[in-house]
Amino acid sequence: MSSTIPTLNIPKYHADEMLGRVHSFESFGTVDGPGTRFVVFLQGCLFRCKYCHNRDTWDLDGGQLYSVTEVVEQILPYAKFMDASGGGVTVTGGEPVLQAPFVGLLFEKLRQHGIHTCLDTNGYVGVYSDETNLMIEQSDLVMCDIKHINDHKHHLLVGVSNQRTLRFVRHLADIGKKTRIRYVVVPGYSDDLADVDALAQFLAPMENIEHVELLPYHNLGTHKWKAMNLEYPLEGLQPPSRETMDEIQATLESYGLEIIR
Amino acid sequence: MYKEKAGDSINAQANPWEGFVPGVWNEAIDVRDFIQKNYTPFEGDSSFLAGATTRTKDVWAQVLELMKEEQRLQGPLDFDTDLPSTITSHKPGYIDKNLERVVGLQTDAPLKRGMIPNGGIRMVEASCEAYGRTLDPTVNEIFSKYRKTHNAGVFDGYTPDMLKCRKAGVVTGLPDAYGRGRIIGDYRRVALYGTDRLIADKKAQKTSLDNENMSEHVIRLREELSEQIRALQEMTEMAESYGFDISKPAQNAHEAVQWTYFAYLAAIKSQNGAAMSFGRVSTFLDIYIERDIAAGALTEELAQELIDDLVIKLRMVRFLRTPDYDALFSGDPTWVTESIGGMGEDGRALVTKNSFRMLNTLYTLGAAPEPNLTVLWSEKMPKGFKDFCSKVSIDTSSIQYENDDLMIGKFGDDYGIACCVSAMRIGKQMQFFGARCNLAKTMLYGINGGMDEKIGLQVGPKKDVLADEYLDFDTVWARFDEYMQWVSRVYVNTLNVIHFMHDKYSYEASQMALHDRDVLRTMACGIAGLSVVADSLSAIKYAKVKTIRNEDGYVVDFATEGEYPKFGNNDDRVDEIAQKIVTRFMDLVRQTPTYRDAIPTQSILTITSNVVYGKKTGNTPDGRKAGEPFAPGANPMHGRDEKGALASLLSVAKLPYEDAEDGISYTMSLVPDSLGKNEDGKVNNLTGMLDGYFGSSGHHINVNVLNRDMLKDAMEHPENYPQLTIRVSGYAVNFVKLTREQQLDVINRTFHSQV
Repeated sequence: MSSTIPTLNIPKYHADEMLGRVHSFESFGTVDGPGTRFVVFLQGCLFRCKYCHNRDTWDLDGGQLYSVTEVVEQILPYAKFMDASGGGVTVTGGEPVLQAPFVGLLFEKLRQHGIHTCLDTNGYVGVYSDETNLMIEQSDLVMCDIKHINDHKHHLLVGVSNQRTLRFVRHLADIGKKTRIRYVVVPGYSDDLADVDALAQFLAPMENIEHVELLPYHNLGTHKWKAMNLEYPLEGLQPPSRETMDEIQATLESYGLEIIR
Repeated sequence: MYKEKAGDSINAQANPWEGFVPGVWNEAIDVRDFIQKNYTPFEGDSSFLAGATTRTKDVWAQVLELMKEEQRLQGPLDFDTDLPSTITSHKPGYIDKNLERVVGLQTDAPLKRGMIPNGGIRMVEASCEAYGRTLDPTVNEIFSKYRKTHNAGVFDGYTPDMLKCRKAGVVTGLPDAYGRGRIIGDYRRVALYGTDRLIADKKAQKTSLDNENMSEHVIRLREELSEQIRALQEMTEMAESYGFDISKPAQNAHEAVQWTYFAYLAAIKSQNGAAMSFGRVSTFLDIYIERDIAAGALTEELAQELIDDLVIKLRMVRFLRTPDYDALFSGDPTWVTESIGGMGEDGRALVTKNSFRMLNTLYTLGAAPEPNLTVLWSEKMPKGFKDFCSKVSIDTSSIQYENDDLMIGKFGDDYGIACCVSAMRIGKQMQFFGARCNLAKTMLYGINGGMDEKIGLQVGPKKDVLADEYLDFDTVWARFDEYMQWVSRVYVNTLNVIHFMHDKYSYEASQMALHDRDVLRTMACGIAGLSVVADSLSAIKYAKVKTIRNEDGYVVDFATEGEYPKFGNNDDRVDEIAQKIVTRFMDLVRQTPTYRDAIPTQSILTITSNVVYGKKTGNTPDGRKAGEPFAPGANPMHGRDEKGALASLLSVAKLPYEDAEDGISYTMSLVPDSLGKNEDGKVNNLTGMLDGYFGSSGHHINVNVLNRDMLKDAMEHPENYPQLTIRVSGYAVNFVKLTREQQLDVINRTFHSQV
């Protein structure tokens, strides 16, 4: 990858007027954290996952600018649904850590309204600035994707190194942040049991981890690549078999990790 | 038959009310008071429930065989062509006399349909023809020559304007050729009091009018009370033909179920209303069941069996209809609506074990569209019941929900739902069913100066066609308003004619016999095409809408440039337009006097007739093409809700209930995985969704939890999905009974799934 990391073009403001690049909103998220979640999809990602199901969120200049206040206004009408189901707000993307200052302020505001916050990230944090730390501090729950434990294979699958992600996960463990790990099983890429074993060894000592969620690769995002006139890199790849998923689960469980599917 | 366990073995001297807490209900006809004094709230979960007995499975299998044959025939299994149906017209009919615990059929054979000509002989004649039979000439002569029908009366009263509106479909679905329905008799009264007591009460009511001046009002009421008394006598006679004496109160749970069903049976033998609702019976029956269980006379298994048998009967309700009628209403619905749960005014939930048993029939007998099981949802109901409802919804898609917290203030704690969404106090209130007015068409009339551009007929008052190349919001709204003024007046007057004639020629004596003397009447108007109009006006206001004209200068199409907010995204810019339309039309409806001083109300509800309404409506400024279906009820248009399910719910929840007290219907289809990862998560999220929606003042929701692929497969292989039930705007229907067009509409309707 290039030596200079591209950044989002976001004007700097203070507090409520801070702007974020938003891809879209989903008012009824049920699989991205506990209960019913209002999901904020942020625009922009530096990973290039071959199986990305939100291809349209990569572009750093896309999406629409919203202030923290505007996003909070979008969210508040759904508080009843969150209360009733033990839910909250999940910020995902794209990659939210690219807009850490915005996410931090948004979460701070939401928590003032008593709303549970969840950060869904690939953990690609470069510098632990005050803004990044605020974002982490204001996250009631972090869901971090580990795409691959092996740096080389990580590179192959998503285009960047996994060092930042692993450092992020270690950091969460160090500060005792409630965390869930997500692992996508992509046949031929991330289903090697030796890799899974290494992942388990990495995670096993971390007491902050609630569970590891195993997600079978799916191809439901293909149409988004096509809509953008792009070739889908994993064309024709089928989801993993139940047996593969079972084996991977068993390997992780053998290290005492709790697994959710 | 289980007769020896029921009626005739009971000691006639026994006190049928033994063990019940007395109250006002002993002195006056007051079922609510009886319930409040005697019911046992249940706060537990569903673990106590029993499954179906072998007997139940056996009876249900026999009925399923008949239903399969009906499905194969694509029409009635059998029907009468020479014997008009009345309460006592037919000899007793049975499915399997030795096995049935609750007896009574509409005719002398299961699923054989009765002929009910009072609503209109033409509908009967057309039905006979459609199914290859001939109506008996004598019957035809009687109802053409000697006994006028409701349908004949209506056409004597219609004005040319009304006929034009009806033809163009701007006012449509009118109950002018068959029974109007939407009346709920308090069928429980027969079980609690027996018909002797009810007849005595009706006689006293008539006597109370002996010294009044004989005004038209008093004469009519006296005639009606006389008819009610006769109906109660016939009901007694009908029950007697099955070997039961319902002149006395029911002595046990079995009799209470049987008596209540006989009362309902009398209604469906003499009326073929579009919706023949059952009321709010479950918790009432629970009192009898609890008493029998406590006395050791009934087990949980047998209690479930009683409810199963009742529900089997309710699933067998059939009317003779034309294929056209079925196309309009989608499938062959009867809206045997049973309202379950809700709260009491004293703060105790009206949830009993029998509320669970009624829902449990969706497991013991499998999913089914009828009876139309309707949960009156309150946030305050016990969690065990709420979660069971969610679970049943996820498993069967066969429940609709209505906001009890919203309705209790207006209707008290003993109301029922007629048809899909219409609340009414049971035995105290009735409605004049008014179908609906097509507001999308009305808006187009506004643009085209009253010309129906689709059929080339000047339907509304003639005005200039709007000349603007690009439509201006204020101009279009002003015109729309003018034509709403015109159509609302024609509409209410049309309903006045219909209900005057219905009372005169097809009075619902057996159902009104189970009402108080003086009932509150509502004139239940309705609107169709709300989201089409709201989005069209939003497009005109926030984007640019160019008119496209035919050679005569009428606007026949629109080109929309730019983005505009769409209803269903919780965006006030357009949601406020929708609210304004509802409020304005209701205000206009209120301005025309109503027959029998009925209180005007309206619903936003289309059943699946949204397909037919769409077919009759030309291109609209929101980009909907001529002939394309409207969204059902108050739903946003298909595919226009971009922020997911809850945003769409909130847009609908903001519609003003006080201006749509007859109900605001919302249909939601979800693929199972979109509710959550595992069973517990799904139940939790659905319960949360219902609490959140109703907590935000939403009125009604149908919940379909289905898989799009499953529906596609069901279209190709209907034989594999005989029981596949989906809910569509206010009721449930067997998917395989829908026309292909309707099936596609259901599939294309927004499926909310995760991004």
